Amino acid sequence: MSLLNEMSQKAFDLGVPISVHMDVTYRCNERCVHCYLDHEDHGEMTTVEIKGVLDQLAEAGVFFLTFSGGEVFLRRDFFEILEYARRLQFNVKIKTNAVMIRESEAKRIRALGVDTIQISVYSYRPEVHDAITKLPGSFHRTIKAIRFMLAQGLKVTIANVLMTWNRHDSDGLQKLAIEMGAHYTLDPTITPKMDGDTSILSLRISGEELPDVFRNPNLVPNMEEFCAPPKPVTDDDLEGYSCSAGHSFCYISPYGDVFPCVQFPLPSGNIRQQKFLDIWNHSPELKEVRSIKAKDLTTCSSCSHVSSCTRCPGLAYMEGSMRGPSTADCEKSYYRTGVPTANMLRKAGQVPITSLVQIRPLGLPA
Amino acid sequence: MPETYIARSSAIAARMLAGEMMVMNSMDSTFFTLNEVATAIWQAADGRTPLREIVRNRVCEQFDIDPDQAQTDAEQFVSELSQHGILLVSDQPLGDPHTPEAL
Repeated sequence: MSLLNEMSQKAFDLGVPISVHMDVTYRCNERCVHCYLDHEDHGEMTTVEIKGVLDQLAEAGVFFLTFSGGEVFLRRDFFEILEYARRLQFNVKIKTNAVMIRESEAKRIRALGVDTIQISVYSYRPEVHDAITKLPGSFHRTIKAIRFMLAQGLKVTIANVLMTWNRHDSDGLQKLAIEMGAHYTLDPTITPKMDGDTSILSLRISGEELPDVFRNPNLVPNMEEFCAPPKPVTDDDLEGYSCSAGHSFCYISPYGDVFPCVQFPLPSGNIRQQKFLDIWNHSPELKEVRSIKAKDLTTCSSCSHVSSCTRCPGLAYMEGSMRGPSTADCEKSYYRTGVPTANMLRKAGQVPITSLVQIRPLGLPA
Repeated sequence: MPETYIARSSAIAARMLAGEMMVMNSMDSTFFTLNEVATAIWQAADGRTPLREIVRNRVCEQFDIDPDQAQTDAEQFVSELSQHGILLVSDQPLGDPHTPEAL
């Protein structure tokens, strides 16, 4: 185990929020077809409020801090926030579409000691990328910005979301990333909108197409191990937890709402009404999330994939129960290994599509 | 003998976790943890206080270590961290370590 993993495990065991994802705005200059956010501003935290939150996060032991949105650079105070975060010695990662980044911004980001910039790019073909973002010219602006940042020595990750619109473009985009000197990641996960609207799930690629992703050695270096059938389940596996959400990680919205994860819309408190550590230590919702071990999962506890599945409790929650299966992850496990999941076997012959829960973050009006 | 001044690099991130200081360099993502003594030196690395004074006031007094041994260990520790870009070392006082460079 690497030293970093050791410390992450220690934070998990001690219940220290070592990592936080903070969206500073939901406003955006792109309108990506797969985006789950409501881009209206319902009352973002002010500069002073965000600085106060950052003080609290530092005190709580947060080390890894991701700023995302919306488009973070739409906030005129974003550099002020960034500088403040770096003074507090967070390890900062920024997620952005980069269309507002020019050479001067790239220099400033470098000078502030930002660790990584993750930039959304959906194709190597401008017409495909621009069709997804609905912002004409966005591909060229984003790629130009990536070159500015790489020239400054910044670590840049190109993050692609695989969907029906760009299903054939991943290899070409990965090649472009390598040519430029950027890292490349691909995620086939499309999540429902924040208000529970599932219409964008139609953009998901079909399960039959997932093996092309999982068995692509350019994307999965340890492909044989990754696609191997699951190992026999042990008692230790059943005593384990799904992921770090709510254990050593959480998400804070632009309105100060705290959730276990950006993909787990269970309102757990609002930082405008309570101190962060009060929410972290005493929120009944977070306590419930932390209490769930693999053995407590309604269907997954009897699944052969339980130890290796990427089951997302947030997606499961959006399907109806945080203790239930996440169908998208069941599909991934099946198409990764060829071994059906307990959930698939249970559902064989049924049509049990559970309605998604309606999500209303605490900071928003009813 | 010239004084040695040390300052934390603006490229680093740091946080205490269960008594250990985690330090990460954003330039190359190298990750370290510092023990109590190293943390005391690191936290005192303000660029203005000579290393000898840091060792005397922050190490020997707090940890009951022999001064000569402490000075030798501190110099080695500073050398190692400076090689990784975690600490800046100079024979002249350095700037405020909390101010990221070249803003």
